[in-house]
Amino acid sequence: MHYLLMIYSEENGWGRMTDSERQQGVAAYHAYTESLSKAGVLQGANRLQFSNTATTVRLVDGKPQVLDGPFSDSKEQLAGYYLIDVPNLDAALSWASRCPGAGHGVIEVRPVWAAPYDAPASA
Amino acid sequence: MSQSASGGADAAAQSLAEGVARRSYGKLVALLAMRTRDVAAAEDALADAFAAALAAWPARGCPANPEAWLMTVARRRAIDGARHHRVGDELANQLALLADEIDEREAGALPDRRLALLFACTHPALDAAIRTPLMLQVVLGLEAKTIASAFLTSPAAMSKRLARAKNKIREAGIPFGVPEREELPARLAAVLEAVYAAYAEGWTDPLGGDSGRRNLTGEALYLAQLLVELLPDEPETLGLLALMLYAHARCDARRDAAGEYVPLSAQDAATWNLPMIDAANALLRRASAFDAIGRFQLEAALQSAHVYRCLTHRPNWGEIVQLYDALLAIAASPVVAVNRALALAERDGPQAALDALAPYADDPRLADYQPYWAARAELLARAGATDEALGAYDLAIGLERDPAVRRFLQRKRMALSSSTLG
Repeated sequence: MHYLLMIYSEENGWGRMTDSERQQGVAAYHAYTESLSKAGVLQGANRLQFSNTATTVRLVDGKPQVLDGPFSDSKEQLAGYYLIDVPNLDAALSWASRCPGAGHGVIEVRPVWAAPYDAPASA
Repeated sequence: MSQSASGGADAAAQSLAEGVARRSYGKLVALLAMRTRDVAAAEDALADAFAAALAAWPARGCPANPEAWLMTVARRRAIDGARHHRVGDELANQLALLADEIDEREAGALPDRRLALLFACTHPALDAAIRTPLMLQVVLGLEAKTIASAFLTSPAAMSKRLARAKNKIREAGIPFGVPEREELPARLAAVLEAVYAAYAEGWTDPLGGDSGRRNLTGEALYLAQLLVELLPDEPETLGLLALMLYAHARCDARRDAAGEYVPLSAQDAATWNLPMIDAANALLRRASAFDAIGRFQLEAALQSAHVYRCLTHRPNWGEIVQLYDALLAIAASPVVAVNRALALAERDGPQAALDALAPYADDPRLADYQPYWAARAELLARAGATDEALGAYDLAIGLERDPAVRRFLQRKRMALSSSTLG
């Protein structure tokens, strides 16, 4: 199954770090990505620019309305993700717990919709 | 003649089907859902198979291996599930025909995957409050309305929460399996917790006025026994069953003939179920051989110490306080602290117990915890702080759900207030 591990963290956390702490942090992510890749489970990963670079688009009366933001009140923002392919939730949780992001934020683990042509499962 | 013969066959088929349902429900759900993780679909398929059994067995005779028969029918039903939505007799006939094609090789013993099912139902990714109800439904086949009444909630709300949990198991990929060695202790603790919660829910209905709840203690014991069978080398599993048997052995002694509450200290040990206590002792000895102490073993050891004291009339409060100290060290909770204080009062007097409880005075978890106020009332009364004791009794009485216990506390309060007047 494919799972998206979404890293939510405090964006100014990096700014408060010393250079050596930052290097250590980057190295930890690098090592983590490497081990996901070696284990053959990595499908994709990216770090995102800070949330103040975000733009939202929605159609209003058929016309796209573009807005700066969103500026959510919550302290932790989506900072990056890993897409992994593992047998089940336990394996996904086990990988999520090793992610450096679990130390400085939270990891939301979401299964990817498996059967795109199915109607949503009724509860 | 033929009427009564067919009536007899119907009854025989019905009772056989009910017996298989009781023993094999979880086993069949586990096998059906193992690969797809679709518990709801497995339950639907199984319900259809039981309906087919009731239609087919009276006429054709009961199969040699009813479990395998039901499994085959349910499996085919599950495969066809998405395509066929037939109901009633037509479905039953169709399934009965399918059942004729049962492969004889399948008539052997079915593998038992209930343990995997138990771990799935108590997975930490599920809301802790739904794990026990989910386990009762999926492993034992209890109806949502029975579970709802035991957990003091509406059947509609319970059904909805159960459906949401099953949906999460399927969609989030919660595995059906026994966790890896390093994860096993924590995951097993969640299973045991859920079983114990079922027992505790049932325990709060001593008179059996609410039949749904009364049965819950029996269902929980069944699950604990099943766990001992499936995991014979886990000391905490043995400890949990021992704990429940000690409690169960005394369960009828909690009320006198008039239905009034009888505290442990006033119970007649002759009314206890001694063979059950022997069984609990044996389980506890078996657990201690593993030399890996845990919460349930300690709680069982405490029960064992209380039972020993009541049977021999030899005070053993020092040993009991020590056991509570150990329990507090591995599973600290205000509830344990309250019980420890009561034992401490027997060993060192009421003031020592009140001092031990002082740090918990502002604990929000104790504000509406009835046993805390009952304990406090008792300790304050013995320490001579009558006014405070009367206030604590008021709170304890106000928070109690069980009328018999409420009357017991009211009598104690009245005795205290009249002793100070006279």
